[in-house]
Amino acid sequence: MGYAFSSGYGLLLVLFGVLPTLYAIYLAFTKNGAFAGLENFTHVFADYRFLPAVEHVALYLFIWLILLVVVVVILALIVHGLRRRWLSASVRFLYYIPGALAGASSVMLWLFVLDPEVSPVSGILRGLGLSSFVQTVSVQNLPVVFTVIAFWTGAGGWIVIMYGALNNISLEVMEAARIDGAGPIKTAWFIQIPLLRKWISYMGIMSLAAGTQLFVEPRVLSQASRGVVPPDYSLNQLAYLYAFNQGDFNGSAAISLVLLVVALGLAAFFVFRGGLFERD
Amino acid sequence: MSATELRTPAVSGFAPGRWIGRVTAFLIAGVFVLFFVIPILWLLLAGTKTDRQLLLGNPFSFGSLGTIVDNWNALAGFQQGVIWTWLGNSAVYSIAALAITLVVSIPAGYALALTDFRLRRPLLIVTLVVMLIPNTALVLPVFLEVSSVHLVGTPLAVILPFSFFPFGVYLTFIYFSTSVSRDLLDAARIDGAGELRVFAQVAMPLAVPVIALVGFFNFTSNWNNYFLPFVMEPGPKSPVQVGLAELLSNVALFNPTSAGSVTIQLPVLALATLVSVAPVLVIFLFSQRFLVSGMTAGGTKE
Repeated sequence: MGYAFSSGYGLLLVLFGVLPTLYAIYLAFTKNGAFAGLENFTHVFADYRFLPAVEHVALYLFIWLILLVVVVVILALIVHGLRRRWLSASVRFLYYIPGALAGASSVMLWLFVLDPEVSPVSGILRGLGLSSFVQTVSVQNLPVVFTVIAFWTGAGGWIVIMYGALNNISLEVMEAARIDGAGPIKTAWFIQIPLLRKWISYMGIMSLAAGTQLFVEPRVLSQASRGVVPPDYSLNQLAYLYAFNQGDFNGSAAISLVLLVVALGLAAFFVFRGGLFERD
Repeated sequence: MSATELRTPAVSGFAPGRWIGRVTAFLIAGVFVLFFVIPILWLLLAGTKTDRQLLLGNPFSFGSLGTIVDNWNALAGFQQGVIWTWLGNSAVYSIAALAITLVVSIPAGYALALTDFRLRRPLLIVTLVVMLIPNTALVLPVFLEVSSVHLVGTPLAVILPFSFFPFGVYLTFIYFSTSVSRDLLDAARIDGAGELRVFAQVAMPLAVPVIALVGFFNFTSNWNNYFLPFVMEPGPKSPVQVGLAELLSNVALFNPTSAGSVTIQLPVLALATLVSVAPVLVIFLFSQRFLVSGMTAGGTKE
């Protein structure tokens, strides 16, 4: 009976999980149907656009992950410490609501916010020496720009999750810390943060996996910025260009496969070592 | 309930150090409230203004109701009302995928939680791993596969991949394994109910909360998805998220080469952005509780 109930899902899993992976593997290791060994990979790696794309994504990840972990943990601790229930709930809600604007719409909104001519915070942008949109999205600013956009859409969800995890810490532990004379900062550092470790690493690994996939943000910005943001800024954009502009499905599959292996590796590592999810 | 009271410090009296800490914490929390809220507030107001007001006026002023109508007419007039086509596409793709997702995920989660079969454990572990892969990672491989069977451009090319939703299966699995006991199902079996009846008449009525939860997450992620429909559904088949980027290339400010063709004014683009997320935004406003329980569902082990 179990097979009957899970057959529909199983079919989709094969069609859109397993088969595309196998097909990407096939494409990545062949050329015109003949086995090509690592040729597609060496070809792609030698592309003059490949290394810069890796650097762009790596720099973005570095900035984003540090900011995400530090700020999310601090904000979750503060919100958790708010004594008035309604206040804490409203703040969490306000942090969370930008999550509704995932995808192209959040980038679109940030196009406005980052354009000093229309921005609601043009004073801040001008204060940073940015007087035009083109200046704001110049290539050396992009890792920060993408960090701000990703943080704006995604951080609230993580704050809510961390808040939930903080609520799970037993009151006796917190009480004991207080009786021992620990203030809020010591309690946070020695009790709460160590107990959040699993969730923090979950957030870090998931965000790392998602960040390597960077696509929508540079794609939309590139469309909007008169080419100031290059169309091959990130790895996924490059894989897209291979498939759509050059008609080189093998090269595209090779890049996608590299990214997929990274994502799979991180996910598997977390499932087997993270211990956060029930797998009975 | 009593948690809030217990958290209050027992010591009263004036402690300057703690007071400064408290003010700093409030300030940090407040600054981030502004950071998260200002763009949304601005977006809500931008569609009420004319281009001139948007560029020169106070960013948080309200334009006029008449201007909203004008902006909307400009948006609806763009390429003979293509915005309706985009919104319609989004609705068709998201809702069809939602229906299939529920039909396949709920029984699958049920089977993983409450029945025994040889592939159960492997299926569960694969589900977990795939669920943690960002959905963008499979977009190009799925595209390459779908294009090899010449289905690119058909609605199925997005509906079926959207319907593959391992997170929903996992949520259902967690729900059934924690809130429905096998004994209850066995009791029904002893009363002579067949497997299908046990599922339909015992398990399903209990599953309403998790159906809503899976539905919420699936619908919002379908609606907001950009990358997959972007590669799969070109031109008039685009959903609104992809259409929005198309609109962008007709804005004179961002794209001077479009001068001459029909141009879109900034407030119209802002209004379009708001319209494109409106369904999800409305759902978000009314389902915060859902979200929290869904997102923390993984944390059953501590």
